[in-house]
Amino acid sequence: MTAGPVSIVTSRVRPEQVREASLVVIIALLIVFFATQIDGYLSGTTFTRISASFAIVAVLAVGQTLVVLTRNVDLSVGSIVGLIAYGVGTLLGSFQDLPPVLVIGLCLVLGGVLGAINGVIVSWGRVPAIVTTLGTLAIFRVLLVELSGSKTVTTESLPTWVVDLPRVDLLTIGTLDIRPLVVIALAVAVVFQLGLRYLPFGRRLFAIGSNPDGAQLVGMPVKRDVFLAFTLSGALAGLAGFMFLSRFGNITVAAGLGLELQAVAAVVVGGVNIFGGIGSIGGAVLGAFLIDLLSQSLTRMEAVSEFTRDALLGLLILLAVASDSVILARLRAGWQSARAREMARRETEGAVVG
Amino acid sequence: MADVRRFLRTWEGLLLALLVVIVLANASTVQGYLQPQNQVNLLTLGIEKAIVALVMAFVIIGGEIDLSVASIMGLAAILFAWAIDQGTAPEIAVLLALGVGLLCGLNNAFWVAVVGLPSLAVTLAGLIGYRGLALMLIEDGSLGGFPDWFETLGQGRLIGPIPFAVLFFFVLLIIAAVVLHRTGFGRLVYVVGNSTAVARFSGVRVSRVKAALFIMSGLVAAAAGLLLAARFGSVRGSIAQGFELDVITIVLFGGVSIFGGRGSMLGVFLSILVILNLRNGLSLLGVSGNSQTGVIGALLILSVLLPNVISDLRRYLARRSLRGATPSDPVPTPGGAT
Repeated sequence: MTAGPVSIVTSRVRPEQVREASLVVIIALLIVFFATQIDGYLSGTTFTRISASFAIVAVLAVGQTLVVLTRNVDLSVGSIVGLIAYGVGTLLGSFQDLPPVLVIGLCLVLGGVLGAINGVIVSWGRVPAIVTTLGTLAIFRVLLVELSGSKTVTTESLPTWVVDLPRVDLLTIGTLDIRPLVVIALAVAVVFQLGLRYLPFGRRLFAIGSNPDGAQLVGMPVKRDVFLAFTLSGALAGLAGFMFLSRFGNITVAAGLGLELQAVAAVVVGGVNIFGGIGSIGGAVLGAFLIDLLSQSLTRMEAVSEFTRDALLGLLILLAVASDSVILARLRAGWQSARAREMARRETEGAVVG
Repeated sequence: MADVRRFLRTWEGLLLALLVVIVLANASTVQGYLQPQNQVNLLTLGIEKAIVALVMAFVIIGGEIDLSVASIMGLAAILFAWAIDQGTAPEIAVLLALGVGLLCGLNNAFWVAVVGLPSLAVTLAGLIGYRGLALMLIEDGSLGGFPDWFETLGQGRLIGPIPFAVLFFFVLLIIAAVVLHRTGFGRLVYVVGNSTAVARFSGVRVSRVKAALFIMSGLVAAAAGLLLAARFGSVRGSIAQGFELDVITIVLFGGVSIFGGRGSMLGVFLSILVILNLRNGLSLLGVSGNSQTGVIGALLILSVLLPNVISDLRRYLARRSLRGATPSDPVPTPGGAT
């Protein structure tokens, strides 16, 4: 039994892992590059700062991945973040001594309800996801404007534990502080990555995105699963809303505006195929990190104006998608033919033995 | 008479009925609503989006989407203002602005039509990137001081009460309707939008059609950006930000299918009138601009949801009435249901 070098690689490594590895390499190269350009870049403080802003987009990217895997998209998350941050912020202003568990649970449930509205309309109303969430993007934002009457939530009105949460140091390594928000984000990512990998529901999301009609024909509960993906995306957006409230404290009607685009960008850079069926949570989180690393570092470079950030970000997304479709599509094809050869070889061997 | 009835059953017919209801409701509550001046005013307020919507209809019928139009509008407007500020002749500045729109369109076209990337991802990159380029020019300042003729173009009246932009819109509308419904290229757009594979096997040069769509979209978006700059009289970094959502809403509400291959210019035109009249009526009733956006978001969802729910309901009722007689009979599809 001698397996060729190709088949060893193909049996141990998946194309998604190549993608994640290349993101890690790109991130490492960028860090080295910025270290040569910015004085005192390689300190814990840099990464403490990046981790704070990255956490919110990472949580949204996890939810977005679930939805995009099923060949849908959720553009309403930015408005859900704003609505939850404002609503719960107002509530906390009146009831200072609500227990933290209840507050976070409430964010998850309220976000989940908003996500479920998207899910019902997409799954049972058969309205395309982009139409539905474009509509609810506007509707949820209007709810926020109407509810607030253009008043704002202020840091002073919030209980101290909410405001202090992003500044607590759970663990300090040198000057790098590990703070709760980034721990929440990473915990969410790990839980959902495991769920996607090992739960039947997670596997079904891939099947639905690869071939919705096929998944329906083999008897998968496609509608229910798509509904659940939207509900989970909403619930995670609710959690992100709490994190937003905790990080910024002052919540206006513009809170969370445009976050949906950042989440979609993170997912796309992270190698989740916009047509569904391919991708991983790890990739999406790395994508969110890469984008944040870039924008945080560029603002600190003296030679570069901070206003070049978005232009570079656009270029980055384009390159990420292009490399994904050109290079990884070939890799994937190679993978499949190697698998097919391996299976054919095993079959002939089996025939000889039997 | 039968033709009229059939028309009223179509989406365009429904839009027309809706338009009549909205206009009558507005006219009965607000004095002078139907006066030409008010009608021209309400059209002027959304004219740039309406212009871009005409081309967006082509893109979506062709089975693609262009999220970058608002950023191209912004980039063109800001490049124009920046060039004027640098002392360029205004005529050259206009050409520069249109040129940058063309380049953005070419860039989108290259990645979608030649490389074959999904347009949602490419134009999302464009949405962020083109706005980024514009921000590099203007940073957080604002630029103004346009030549008089340029401002007159945006604010003055050209013929009677009609400003240049509205006239431009109607000329473009006629061209768009003729090209989409009466030329070979228009048919190709439908074919490509219905199925890229079928189009390719029928010998249609799919990538050429798609490239043409994105180049057109970039150029027209730049022109609309210039008109917006002329109407405002000055530009900031956030000019036209978020317009892509309004434009797509107009097109989809006009009965164009997000999956491509279906839709008509008449529907898009009626949708523009309905949305502008609705916005105008709501603001006359004292509803804020933000809340109007919510109403339009709800309309967008309902425009797809209602026909689906009605057809589900009909099928359910048909099945129930059949169950007593011959349970194994196939369920007849009621007329008009999709």
